[in-house]
Amino acid sequence: MSRSYDILLVGIGGQGIILASNILGEACLIEGRSVRGAETHGMAQRGGSVEGHIRIDGNFGPLIAPGTADLMIAFDMLEALRYSHFLAPGGHMVINSHFVIPTSVFMQGATAPSKEEILERLGRDRNPCLVDADTLAEEAGSPLSQNVVMIGAASWFMPFAPGSLSGAVERLVPKKTVEINRKAFDLGRAAGKACREGSRDA
Amino acid sequence: MTTQYLLGNEAIARGCLEAPVHFVTGYPGTPSSDVIDILRSHPERDYYIEWSVNEKVALENALAAAWCGQRALCTMKHVGLNVAADPLMTSAYTGVTGGLVIMSADDPFAHSSQNEQDSRCYALFARVPCLDPATIQEAHDMARDAFSLSEEFSLPVIFRPTTRICHSKGDTSLGFPPVSPRKGEFHKNPQQYVVIPAHTRILHKKLNQKQPLIKKALVGKGYNQAAVRGRVAVVASGIAASYVQEILPEDVSFMKIGAYPIDEEWLAQFVQKHEKVLVIEELHPVVEEAVRQVAGSVPVHGKKDGKVPFEGELSTIAVAGIMQECGITPLRTFPDSVPAGDLPARPPILCAGCMHRPVFYSMRKIFKEGIFPSDIGCYTLGLQLGAVDTTICMGASITVGSGISHSGEEHDIVATIGDSTFLHTGIPGLLNAVYNSAKMILVILDNRITAMTGHQPNPATGETACGIPMPPVSLESLCRACGVVYVETVDPYDLVSLQAALKNAREQPGVKVIIARQPCVITARRAGIRRGRFQVEPNTCTECGICIKFGCPALEKAGEKAYINDLCSGCGVCAQICPSGAIGKEVKR
Repeated sequence: MSRSYDILLVGIGGQGIILASNILGEACLIEGRSVRGAETHGMAQRGGSVEGHIRIDGNFGPLIAPGTADLMIAFDMLEALRYSHFLAPGGHMVINSHFVIPTSVFMQGATAPSKEEILERLGRDRNPCLVDADTLAEEAGSPLSQNVVMIGAASWFMPFAPGSLSGAVERLVPKKTVEINRKAFDLGRAAGKACREGSRDA
Repeated sequence: MTTQYLLGNEAIARGCLEAPVHFVTGYPGTPSSDVIDILRSHPERDYYIEWSVNEKVALENALAAAWCGQRALCTMKHVGLNVAADPLMTSAYTGVTGGLVIMSADDPFAHSSQNEQDSRCYALFARVPCLDPATIQEAHDMARDAFSLSEEFSLPVIFRPTTRICHSKGDTSLGFPPVSPRKGEFHKNPQQYVVIPAHTRILHKKLNQKQPLIKKALVGKGYNQAAVRGRVAVVASGIAASYVQEILPEDVSFMKIGAYPIDEEWLAQFVQKHEKVLVIEELHPVVEEAVRQVAGSVPVHGKKDGKVPFEGELSTIAVAGIMQECGITPLRTFPDSVPAGDLPARPPILCAGCMHRPVFYSMRKIFKEGIFPSDIGCYTLGLQLGAVDTTICMGASITVGSGISHSGEEHDIVATIGDSTFLHTGIPGLLNAVYNSAKMILVILDNRITAMTGHQPNPATGETACGIPMPPVSLESLCRACGVVYVETVDPYDLVSLQAALKNAREQPGVKVIIARQPCVITARRAGIRRGRFQVEPNTCTECGICIKFGCPALEKAGEKAYINDLCSGCGVCAQICPSGAIGKEVKR
């Protein structure tokens, strides 16, 4: 029984996690591989914390077990920390270097950790790959392309031929935005390259 | 044949097209809603489709179409089946001519539900077949084949996916939808369609006579299958079967249950071949009870001896733990992994500019000691704002309000209900409250759409499921027809009018209704409505924090001063709340 390559996508409802998950699924179809996924819908969409599971070569259930994910792509730094226990030892993290302070901090006086604290708790020795997705998405032409920037950056850590992911992006994003998203993917991929070179198993 | 990466609900919708289906009804409810949303926006739609006002109405419409020979689909979430239980129970007696598939989506772990009930119990109760998919592919195939199964036994079929089927994805092989229109024709047959006692006694007997045939057929069709591979066996159903298969050792026997009722004879033969049987399923121990009945001296592990939890959902890691505890070594064991603690919660919240927030804010301000029964919808999130004291089921804000009123409780009662929920099951409660002289205020949170489940239209929207414009129902007229004298409609963005209406209502006798009307901020944005953003003038801001406590996600703190971020949708309510006039329309620089 071959093991699946498990990717956890985390962020906040509305950040484009479902499209990102569809892009990974489409890349599997392009390569003729089986895939399983699970996502948060309904109640949790209203600005809440959301997670997407993708199991490349998966043949069974859609859920990734904590402690076993091969890669985590986080659209928000705080959410990266919230879900970091899903990563396997040696698993990779690609993280947007920004985070949205939850309303609970203002309403109930909860405290939000600083970026430094988040990085410390994630473990600097685990080489989290930080990507300034907000800025790169602006550069690509639309803040909405952050999700594709993140996929581009994480593409170094995914078991796909390079053309499969960019092909999946082009198939799935709205026609009018193909050019922007192509650029977003390339900018993300360029940003992720340094992480790949810096990682232990590069 | 094509392969696509599909959401479970997309695969189910696609299966129904391949059946093909002729008639579709339902009421939205997570995780079932996407099926009708996909079918109603299908470009080559040649079937009848509606969002019904509630599940009972939906099922009765679908049943009638099936009596007329059409293949009918009726979708709902598990708790919707409670509302539709009345027609369900007797539709098993009358049977159907065209296939009738009732999709009732269960929600183990109550991801977005008020309970964790199990639709399989309804199938056993009503004595109709039930299909329980383990994968997205199986969900597609079962949805496609359920209609012919229904026709084979002339019985409605309950199709019961769970959240992790509906909202999971997988590569799915698809066939082609055939072109096969069927015009409905009603053939009179009072012995079948008029369930007076003399008829129904005979129909009941016929229903019972079908049962053994159904049980055999479900094994024959491969929905229920077993492989004897060792002296120990695992029996699993639904998505739990997928979790088991991921880690099942090769020398352990496996039985997969995908359909009910289970053939006891077949089950007994399998169980008796083993020294120990573990049953793994989510929610009610439906399979386990069947196994225990035939097990004799074979030890059975499951929920009833505490090995498998009754509550919540399972996962591969949970199943691995159960197998280990029962002395069945799983193929994989999993590491202990502890979540990072002490992080600020990020629960779902009402959107920036949501019309519900100023209503809850005003209720709290005017009725400091008030009791606030509420209902099912986005506005249940008003719990976070201290303005939701009860929620039980659709429509119960009004009836719980009137019940509290009649109990002798003397504090003001201010109930809240959404437009769709009011039309679903709120109206009878209002009629009852007025006629029996309850003393309460009802605020109808009228955002003109069924928002929480993904913006499905209802009779207050002015558009049908197919996008055909219709005159929206008048909630004011409905309330007046129920006997309400005080009916006021206000714009919830206008705090002065809203609060004046609430104060006036308190002084009136009986049941008072305030309709707070403003389109859902998401649908308004999609419709192109743009209001200018607001901003805080930092030099005027006194750092009092009153606007922050309002709880809008567009309001945050920059240092100690309030700051409005780019989520602002321009409702302007915070500007009315600010005591020092520090919030105003954004000035473009």
